[in-house]
Amino acid sequence: MRSLFSRELRSRLGDSALVISTGAATLLVLIILAIIVGDVVHHGAARFSWEFLSTAPSQGMTAGGVFPAIFGTVALVILMTIAVVPAGVATAIYIHEYADRESSLTRLIRVAINNLAGVPSIVFGLFGLGFFIQFVGVGIDRTLFSGHKVFGQPALIWAALTMAVLTLPVVIVATEEALRAVPRELREASLALGATRFQTVIKVVLPQATAGILTGTILAISRGAGEVAPILFTGAAYYLPQLPWQPQNQFMHLGYHVYVLATQSPDVDAGKPILYATVLVLLMVTFVLNLSAFVVRSRMRHRFAGASS
Amino acid sequence: MSNGTAKASMPPPGQVNTVLAQVEGRVPRRRSNVPAWHHVAEVMIRVLALTAIAAIVLIFAFVAKEALPLLFSDNIHHEVTLRQMWTAQTWPGYDSAEHIWQPVSNIPKYGIWPLILGTLKVSIVSMLVATPLGVASALYLSQYASRRVRELVKPAIELLAGIPSVVLGFFALMVMASWFQDTFDLDSRLNAIVAGVALSFAIIPLIFTISEEAIGAVPRSYVEASTALGAARWQTIVRVLLPAASPGIAAAVALGLGRAVGETLVVLMASGNAAITSASFTESVRTLSASVAAELAEVVFGGPHYTVLFFLGTFLFVITFGINLMGDFAIRRMKRKLGVGL
Amino acid sequence: MTEPVEASRHKLTVRNLSVFYAEKKALGPVTMDIPEKRVTALIGPSGCGKSTFLRSLNRMNELIPACRMEGVVHLDDQPIYGTGIDAVAVRRRIGMVFQRSNPFPKSIFENVAYGLRIGGLNARPELVERVERALQQAALWEEVKDRLNESALGLSGGQQQRLCIARALAVEPEVLLMDEPASALDPIATAHIEELISTLSDRYTVVIVTHNMQQAARVSDYTAFFYMGDLIEVDRTQVLFTKPSQSKTEDYITGRFG
Repeated sequence: MRSLFSRELRSRLGDSALVISTGAATLLVLIILAIIVGDVVHHGAARFSWEFLSTAPSQGMTAGGVFPAIFGTVALVILMTIAVVPAGVATAIYIHEYADRESSLTRLIRVAINNLAGVPSIVFGLFGLGFFIQFVGVGIDRTLFSGHKVFGQPALIWAALTMAVLTLPVVIVATEEALRAVPRELREASLALGATRFQTVIKVVLPQATAGILTGTILAISRGAGEVAPILFTGAAYYLPQLPWQPQNQFMHLGYHVYVLATQSPDVDAGKPILYATVLVLLMVTFVLNLSAFVVRSRMRHRFAGASS
Repeated sequence: MSNGTAKASMPPPGQVNTVLAQVEGRVPRRRSNVPAWHHVAEVMIRVLALTAIAAIVLIFAFVAKEALPLLFSDNIHHEVTLRQMWTAQTWPGYDSAEHIWQPVSNIPKYGIWPLILGTLKVSIVSMLVATPLGVASALYLSQYASRRVRELVKPAIELLAGIPSVVLGFFALMVMASWFQDTFDLDSRLNAIVAGVALSFAIIPLIFTISEEAIGAVPRSYVEASTALGAARWQTIVRVLLPAASPGIAAAVALGLGRAVGETLVVLMASGNAAITSASFTESVRTLSASVAAELAEVVFGGPHYTVLFFLGTFLFVITFGINLMGDFAIRRMKRKLGVGL
Repeated sequence: MTEPVEASRHKLTVRNLSVFYAEKKALGPVTMDIPEKRVTALIGPSGCGKSTFLRSLNRMNELIPACRMEGVVHLDDQPIYGTGIDAVAVRRRIGMVFQRSNPFPKSIFENVAYGLRIGGLNARPELVERVERALQQAALWEEVKDRLNESALGLSGGQQQRLCIARALAVEPEVLLMDEPASALDPIATAHIEELISTLSDRYTVVIVTHNMQQAARVSDYTAFFYMGDLIEVDRTQVLFTKPSQSKTEDYITGRFG
């Protein structure tokens, strides 16, 4: 009979080893985050100011600000959101509220969503070029502009639509999560009162799901501000004298700006402060967006904790 | 006895159908209560729901379309053929047959293997770093951390997930490259290791999130049973918890790998972009995705280089599709082995 | 609180045991003895604390946060609570079977071998022998001997529960705690389990929680009646069910409340 006081050393060491190693891994991940953020803040704070945010670059990108890039990013994101949110929300509504769970169409849509989420970002860029610019854009030019190059070239609208396709899975998944969190009983009550499925969705389900839709939209916007590969050939430009007020214009973009400044600047040292400050802006934007999405999502989860679906 | 409504009078026997018709006419049909735009909206929903399918189909179609000339056009074949891309060629000035990627030169060379090798190297490095860190963190947070710690760390990892890849590439270029070079005395400042490690920062949150969910989904009854049998905490975790969560963790790894293979900006900025074929990880590499990103701006529309780049894109699409498929398949098998419902 | 019952020997002795969940008293104080190599049944209405009491005997209550205990429990002569006393070691000598069977998502063989492996036994021949012995003790061997490598989750509910019993027996504990082991099973499977319990008491000290009084009457040698967190009475089963000394006990077994 074994004594109650003994346990093999191996067993006790095992417990300590596991806690320490996994804890160390977590700490390492946090340290990585801290180093990246710390480095950017440390070097970028110097040039960061209201002036930086509101003026245009000058002196070959070694002075001035990044306002046009901010403007361009915002314009891109607005157009992208107008395109992706209706499509994403509608898709989520269809597969969750209307479609038969097992139908082949539903399964096909889900397969498509999963694969869309896995497509490399540069392939989206090629898609934007091959479909939106070369096919749709050139087609528009031929029919509406008698062949003059208006839309058959890199443009804000094409970049926005490309980004919309890229962020579609994000919106769909977030919306579906929100729809699932709405208790089944609410829908049943509405239908039992004689409402149509559509009325139930619009008046009962969707209002409860706004948090999830918001989460998806915020995450999509965050991708829109940061993703560069899809817009490399579909409309982003390094230096433009004018702001992109029309959909066929090219535009400056925060992420693209960082890319070019970091890799193609003629005078790396002189451009460094501006570069860091731009990265700081980009990082702040994505952090604020991602944190908001996180907060919205956790509040939504807490609110519906325990609700059946 | 007067009857207010002419229609609702006593029906003569044998005329039930008429009555029914009359009754039907009086009760407002549901449809007419509902505004017409509802029907339009429902149709719109059904149409919009096809967007995802349309997108995938169109992406493949239009990217592959621009690559088709590689297979069929004689013009293109003067400069390059599909076969040439995959086999070693003896170029003028070289003693033996080699795989070389050098599209911009007097004699354009389109050997694809250096790019594939580059992609592989960077992906391997990033997965070797990201998988242990991601899974271990998920384990720590779900098994050991207090609620407060969890509430702090989870958003932090979401923040890491939100860092755009261009910022990671920037960080690798500006900070990591020099550090690696100084610490390890390397020849190339930008290489597969720098790019791989920077890339892993983007993949860690992905693996973390999915693994954490998988670990959390393991039924508590398993843990209880193991504890009641006198297992130490670490034994329960290693022998019961992790195996039970393995399909989910495998899904995380598959997703991470797909992301690694297709990632563009980090490698574009941090891998050195030299298409070298060697076994070394400390030399510069060029990946499939970075080649497309770097070279597409300068190509002649419709020319051989253009076509080849679209072929690379198609190839990337097919590979990531394949990784997803294999991941799904592996996960199904693991679930079946556990005896858990699929 | 009643006087401890005389029996051949006492395997577990409990003195003034109280259990608190977040400072609310759920059980106690309880003083009783568990006789060796007999079946002791714990009965009482829902929420009376019998499961809590059971789980205190192998320190499983510690898995619940904000759970606090007072009092002493001795296994033979050794206390099982106290600084320096390892819960893991306790659980290797006091095994448990749960209300809902919880086999691991592993093969039948690996389920039963699990307790042995974590104890450091990995030699195949020995494992095979001990697994077979445990499955025979649990009256499951004949049904599964040809499919030891199949997943345990493919067994029926009753078979899974017997597998969990085999798994607990494989480590050769001295005490087997069973928390309503047949409540999730159909009548035929229940009958199998009850038969099993009778044979197990030759070798092991068995403590079984049951909400089914007839079951307690069928399988146990001693019965303890709990009510609202207190131990009301404990006695030989025959005595408790025919001539209970407490009126509450009598009310319960005659069905005045449930």
